[in-house]
Amino acid sequence: MTTTTETQSPPREKAVGRGIDRVDGPEKTTGTARFAAEFPYPDLAYAALVHATVARGRITGIDVKAAEAVTGVLSVLTHLNAPVLKPAPARSMLDLSTMVSATSVNYLNTDEVHWDGQPVAVVVAESLEAARHAASLVEVTYQEFPAVVDFAAEEANAKPQPSSMLGAGSAKKGDAEAALAVAPVSVDLRFTTPPHNHNAIEPHATTAVWDGDRLTVHEGSQAISWMRKHLAVRFGIPERNVRMTSPYVGGGFGGKGSVWPGTILTALAARATGRAVRMMLTREGVYRTVGGRTPSIQRVALGAGQDGRLTALIQTSVTRTGKVGGNSEPVTEAAHHLYDAENILVQQKLVEMDLLPNTFMRAPGVSIGTFALEAAIDELAGELGVDPIELRMRNEPERNPLDGKRFAHRKLREAYALGAERFGWAERTPEPGSMRDGRWLVGMGVATAYHSSVQFTANVTVRLSADGTVVVRCGFHEMGMGGATVQAQIAADELGVPFEAVRVEYGDSDLPTGPMAGGSAQTASVAASLLSACEKLKGSVLALARRSGDSPLRGQRLAAVEARDGGLYRRDRPDAGESYEAILSRAGRPSVEAAIGSESGLGALAGQVRFMAKFVNDRRRWVKAASGAQFCEVRVDPDTGEVRLSRWLGVFDVGRVINAKTAASQLRGGIVMGIGMALSEETLVDPRNGRVMNPGLGDYHIPVHADIPPIDIHYLDEPDPTMPLGLIGIGEVSITGVAGAIASAVHHATGKRVRDLPITLDKLL
Amino acid sequence: MVTLRMRVNGVTRSLELEPWVSLLDALRERLGLTGTKKGCDQGACGACTVLVDGERINSCLALAVQYEDRDITTIEGITHPIQRAFIEHDGFQCGYCTSGQICSAIGMLAEHGAGMPSAVTEPGASGLSEAEIRERMSGNLCRCGAYNGIVDAIKEVAR
Repeated sequence: MTTTTETQSPPREKAVGRGIDRVDGPEKTTGTARFAAEFPYPDLAYAALVHATVARGRITGIDVKAAEAVTGVLSVLTHLNAPVLKPAPARSMLDLSTMVSATSVNYLNTDEVHWDGQPVAVVVAESLEAARHAASLVEVTYQEFPAVVDFAAEEANAKPQPSSMLGAGSAKKGDAEAALAVAPVSVDLRFTTPPHNHNAIEPHATTAVWDGDRLTVHEGSQAISWMRKHLAVRFGIPERNVRMTSPYVGGGFGGKGSVWPGTILTALAARATGRAVRMMLTREGVYRTVGGRTPSIQRVALGAGQDGRLTALIQTSVTRTGKVGGNSEPVTEAAHHLYDAENILVQQKLVEMDLLPNTFMRAPGVSIGTFALEAAIDELAGELGVDPIELRMRNEPERNPLDGKRFAHRKLREAYALGAERFGWAERTPEPGSMRDGRWLVGMGVATAYHSSVQFTANVTVRLSADGTVVVRCGFHEMGMGGATVQAQIAADELGVPFEAVRVEYGDSDLPTGPMAGGSAQTASVAASLLSACEKLKGSVLALARRSGDSPLRGQRLAAVEARDGGLYRRDRPDAGESYEAILSRAGRPSVEAAIGSESGLGALAGQVRFMAKFVNDRRRWVKAASGAQFCEVRVDPDTGEVRLSRWLGVFDVGRVINAKTAASQLRGGIVMGIGMALSEETLVDPRNGRVMNPGLGDYHIPVHADIPPIDIHYLDEPDPTMPLGLIGIGEVSITGVAGAIASAVHHATGKRVRDLPITLDKLL
Repeated sequence: MVTLRMRVNGVTRSLELEPWVSLLDALRERLGLTGTKKGCDQGACGACTVLVDGERINSCLALAVQYEDRDITTIEGITHPIQRAFIEHDGFQCGYCTSGQICSAIGMLAEHGAGMPSAVTEPGASGLSEAEIRERMSGNLCRCGAYNGIVDAIKEVAR
């Protein structure tokens, strides 16, 4: 058999970098993509929650008679009759899966109430309507205890946040307060931001089925392997007995990254009734049982010389967590990295409250922190009479300002230069209120976007079949990032096969353990392992080829061989090589597989140790981040104070872009959410009783079509040398800076500084 | 219980259900047509948009019993160039609002074609500008923020 193949066709275009259509497009545009609440079971029952109506207290009585009398009701579960659950594992860095413990409350296993909205009963019925109606008939009485629910009133009681390996609660360089006091030009400002909710359009939904001691859960999740472990612990069964599938996630934004009550209680209801049970939270139920973004009170004080060089930079924050859970959010993170001030002080404080714990929401901390920091920089530019971009450039650091570490990558000068040119920044007249379009006041604003990048571990297998098709398997998550598409692009190029020949399996705990979809880390985390797996696979294929005496690849080392055109070819003699088909069929192998990572308990532990080592090492050596320059133009109605966005342009430094189309969409998505944060979004918590007062999309205003102008996205597209393929995660960076840019543009249009989000029209009148 | 006949995607279906079951829940939970999505169950998000005799409605705000003998079209019954345009222009990310966006867009194009004005229609104007599309599609929320792609997809099909 001759084993030399002539390649006649021109070299195939690389898949990486192209704007390839999403692989799940056909399913998503025909209604065939199956989400968590859409898995059919013949004996399906429906569950609905009853929520506590006090912020802190003890249940003194539950009357379920009326509920049980409703036709079709199977069971009303309360703390008096629910199966026993093990408590939620306490959060520990020694076991990352514990990070999904959203709260420490053992629902329906306690008579204690820790927040207004905590589930106190679950109704299971033959129909959705019966479950919902019966839930409304459950009567609960409480002994109420005093509760801490008014965030604004708790500011004075906030305690400094301790530093941890995940982030610094405080940091300083020099004496920023003293420098501020003597600075020739300064601003000292107070900002506030309200709580926010994710509002993924898919409400949290769980379908749970027991088969003996085996549990199957279908749920939109950003962390299937960690959630699986959590469920196993809570129900006292081995981890391998739990299967979690999450093929499609109808939006997450951080809100589906933890185990909230609905997940546990659906599995509990299924166990108690012996039925397959589905529970989709009502929109109100999402607000009552799934945490959102913390509110914040921030101070940003800046001191500068007349030359605009910063002598003092102070950013402090107060945020809240729940007494039963929640996270500190890195509000002051960007102040560590953005400006080359002589003296820096950052400090984060926390207050613990009797409220539903907060949780990760797109760029936790940083999205609201960059509002205050960037708006303050704009105010300082105004005081100095310096262009706000020029002020940033005068303070652009060569090394990380706090500790002198190197930046792995830093292209903010280029981002601003390109953005200013494309946006037409030079046409801006600096005087507030000086630009008009008819009756509209026009304003232009800029801000810096910045988000640190991390990487988790991922187990990946890659199988190459004799027909040249490839299957990549990894239990990662697809909530709109285009994960399956970009990983297929990467595998196609690494193995030299057409994009269409690669299939990616994801969203199932039966697959090799994937990373959590959080911290903008998923794509890079999977890519790193995928690259290794492809390399290993090529080595195995080459080894097979070398066994044959007449293979042109005989005696070749992997480094001397290139994968292209569906096979391996020598770099020194491009016409000498073999197709995968030829190699595998001669070896009598239907397929060859390579795996990275181990699924054993020991392997998982090793993976975690690897993650920690890399995390700590990276932090020690580099400051790594995605960044960008945000430009916007607003129109403000001088009579009503209505603010309309008319133009947006973002230039992002996110390393190498794998898919130009999906990357642009994700970056636009962050900007859209940032526009909501700036202009309309606010979760209203009743300061008397801690109840969310606007738990619905009619009263919590997320941006609609009419609010969003064309958003022009540019990339610098220069690989980051410290990241796999040079890519930097893009899930979060584009929401940062958005509110700062808008606040500055509104000031430019109107002369008014609004430092309390959202910038609603009442604040401009 | 009420017995009810409905034409869904061209097929006559017979249903026995309680009079308080919404059209959305009837489609999803009784007929297994889960392409139509529930986002808020309050008429605020548009994810449940379906076409009734060619007109777009929020199926969560409709009772199934109101639709005896009506022609219902859900995403499963749609074959339209706009689906391809959504893919090409990346008019979605997670895909959960997409069924509603597509049904709404088809209904909206018909409304515009029939000369129905919107809040931003200038007297005498007839074209479907971007501003018109955005205004007319504002009942369909997309939290992933794929609005630009959706507008581009609709523009292409409307051309």
